[in-house]
Amino acid sequence: MSKMNFSRRGVLKTGAIAGAGLTLPTYLRADAHAGFTNAPTGSTVKLGFNVPQTGPYAQEGLDELDAYYLAVEHLNGGGDGGMLNTFSSKVLDGTGILGKKVEYVTGDTQTKSDVARASAQSMIQKDGVVMVTGGSSSGVAVAVQSLCQEAGVIFMAALTHSNDTTGKDRKRNGFRYFFNAYMSGAALAPVLSNVYGNERRAYHLTADYTWGWTQEESIKASTEALGWETVQTVRTPVGAGDFSSYIAPVLNSGADTLILNHYGGDMVNSLTQAVQFGLRDKMVNGKQFEVIVPLYSELMAAGAGANIQGVYGSMNWNWQLQDAGTQAFVKSFGEKYGRPPSGSAHTAYVQTILYADAVTRAGTFNPCGVVEALEDFEFDGMGIGQTLYRGSDHQCFKDVLIMKGADNPTNQYDTLEIVEVTPRAQVEYPDDHPMFAGGELGACNPGA
Amino acid sequence: MFGLDKKDTKFLWIVIALTMLTPILLNPFPTDSGLAQFNAGYPALMQRFAIYGLMAIGFNILFGLTGYLSFGHAAFLGVGSYAAVWMFKLLSMNVIPAIILATVVAGLFALVIGYISLRRSGIYFSILTLAFAEMSYRLAYSVFTPITNGETGLQIKLDDPRVLDGAATDGALPVPGLFGLNMNSTYTVDLGAWSFDLNAGYYFCAVIAVLGFYMSLRIFRSPFGMMLRAVKSNQNRMNYTGLNTRPYTLAAFVISGMYAGLAGGLLAAMDPLAGAERMQWTASGEVVLMTILGGVGTLFGPIIGAGFIKYCENIFSKINENILHDWFSFLPDSLESVVVWFFARFVGEGWHLTLGVLFMLIVIFLPGGLVEGGQRIAAWYRNRGKSEDKATKQPAE
Repeated sequence: MSKMNFSRRGVLKTGAIAGAGLTLPTYLRADAHAGFTNAPTGSTVKLGFNVPQTGPYAQEGLDELDAYYLAVEHLNGGGDGGMLNTFSSKVLDGTGILGKKVEYVTGDTQTKSDVARASAQSMIQKDGVVMVTGGSSSGVAVAVQSLCQEAGVIFMAALTHSNDTTGKDRKRNGFRYFFNAYMSGAALAPVLSNVYGNERRAYHLTADYTWGWTQEESIKASTEALGWETVQTVRTPVGAGDFSSYIAPVLNSGADTLILNHYGGDMVNSLTQAVQFGLRDKMVNGKQFEVIVPLYSELMAAGAGANIQGVYGSMNWNWQLQDAGTQAFVKSFGEKYGRPPSGSAHTAYVQTILYADAVTRAGTFNPCGVVEALEDFEFDGMGIGQTLYRGSDHQCFKDVLIMKGADNPTNQYDTLEIVEVTPRAQVEYPDDHPMFAGGELGACNPGA
Repeated sequence: MFGLDKKDTKFLWIVIALTMLTPILLNPFPTDSGLAQFNAGYPALMQRFAIYGLMAIGFNILFGLTGYLSFGHAAFLGVGSYAAVWMFKLLSMNVIPAIILATVVAGLFALVIGYISLRRSGIYFSILTLAFAEMSYRLAYSVFTPITNGETGLQIKLDDPRVLDGAATDGALPVPGLFGLNMNSTYTVDLGAWSFDLNAGYYFCAVIAVLGFYMSLRIFRSPFGMMLRAVKSNQNRMNYTGLNTRPYTLAAFVISGMYAGLAGGLLAAMDPLAGAERMQWTASGEVVLMTILGGVGTLFGPIIGAGFIKYCENIFSKINENILHDWFSFLPDSLESVVVWFFARFVGEGWHLTLGVLFMLIVIFLPGGLVEGGQRIAAWYRNRGKSEDKATKQPAE
């Protein structure tokens, strides 16, 4: 059993040490916070690039990272300036942000919310970043966005397509440039109606998680508005690898169109297997059987190879656009890395520039000032025409690209071709649209 | 003291001192120096050290004592997190009810899974627990979305009821706290060039981790612990002597499940979000790695292992090529790019490789984990001067 021996000397000694220890902090200068989290004090300012560098979306993440490096170079006056030259706002002059040189830290999210938040926390608490950007999955983006809201820094979302990011999970400190599932549906519908008519029977295979559901909901709503019939919607586990057991029933269902609400490796596998099953050679109800992939990316197109020829889908941006902003960006990205940028790289680059611009126009790094500068900000020259950052839900509104798998690709980068640029007016929706309802931006949080 | 013998009391005091001084010990480099990259003394990471340390301590009660290798402990961590976040949503932002419910729910869950899985031992037990954990993960990821919010993760919202707290007024999300002390409040002490973060959340976790450590110390030294060790060394013989070992293994399984649930509750208390991937098999594997890396069956090993892995994950993964270029800028250009290319494989996105290599080295050369490494160094240090004596004492051929 225990034995406690107190000697008078021991008690005095312990007491003296404890007392000294307790009074010590009063001699030390406590850190004075200047009104908001991580107010930059020296001649530099730090940004946090939080992307998946390992895991299923690592390729997208590393491409984003390259774009972030390029954006930092341009902000600090290096390189040819890229889209800074074509951007409609001219306050950025290549001297960093508000005269402070831009530095950055990087982190690996592994496409897991927990890891992404840990990484973002370390950026905020240890490295003192004023803005976090990145993400290649909606779950991660939503998680990091709410963390940034709590910590009082700005979050500039990169690749996140789910309606929820600026719908029911929208936050005052978070901003999304990328388009969303609703916009994909709204933009695709007229094109589908033109090429496939208004009497189709659609069968959905949907990745069984938030993004898949919102996309299924959006596409279903817009195709049914055309007069299409939805035969069945089937949920498939994420990362299933083998979709043959889901594709076989499609043939017997009487459907003549297969809609694949999959992303990344899942989409590559499901599309490849659908083609191998001979779906696209079938005639059903007197019509050619068709496959649609609502959300495209360059990396998915490269993975699926020849199978995507003639398959329709939508994109946020593509390097084959011919406007001045796109050309400037593709040129400086190509000169630095020897390949055209992907859509996720474009979003990453643009978000960084938009943040820097907002800080400069606000004249402060204070998140509340930045929020004010970004809300209802209208700009042009960033690659896809006139764009609005809507203040009521922090979603960007701009034209949407409808893409088709190229019939005769000449190299590994032009596997997709632009079919149509859907004008912005056609994809706009009220901020309380049922698919986005239930969210509240809350107040802006400047942190400590 | 505390029902421990003298040696253990000293050990406990050392652990308490180490945990209390963690914010200082982990920030050995001045804030502005180049080596500040390797500082780990920021609140979020210190909290994770304490939380995963606690989880590894619990895991060690099962794996270290009974030898039953559970590959599904992440399920309890996840269940604990969900329970805690639901408590934050429904009852109050106070962390006490949250972590109590997390522990209880994880305990009940462990009772069910343990009751079924413990009918088998060895590899079959491992596979059963793995299957249960993976099932929980899949369910949380999609089927149970109304409860778990699926892939997006369960978060607190402004319009949650929180019956004890009343409605939020200022439009800002509430922060988990302990009777008004916010878990994210930090007192930063600047001492010359150094800066130390004393964070309320970390100290809360640290106190609970120390209590957990004390419990595990008592279990290790108790007759119950002896029985668990007996199960490990020869379960058949125990059965032949007419002793039913199942209640003992089940108790150990539930206890270690409750540790994991408590850790999950603490994770949610520090950062009120519970995601399904917390239950994934990689997360289960991580706690096995932590325990083996630190030293299976040793009291302190799992804590070291947990700290080691979390340190690698958070520090090495953030070193990118530009930082490497800064470090090696003194080298001639051609050599620099080669050196940077080489080291870049092991940091940033390559940190898994670093961890893998270190894990292999430790398993091969230090089967007892990092603790054995420490013991070897200590033994070498003690015997420094004696090696010559030994040589002279060699008997003649």
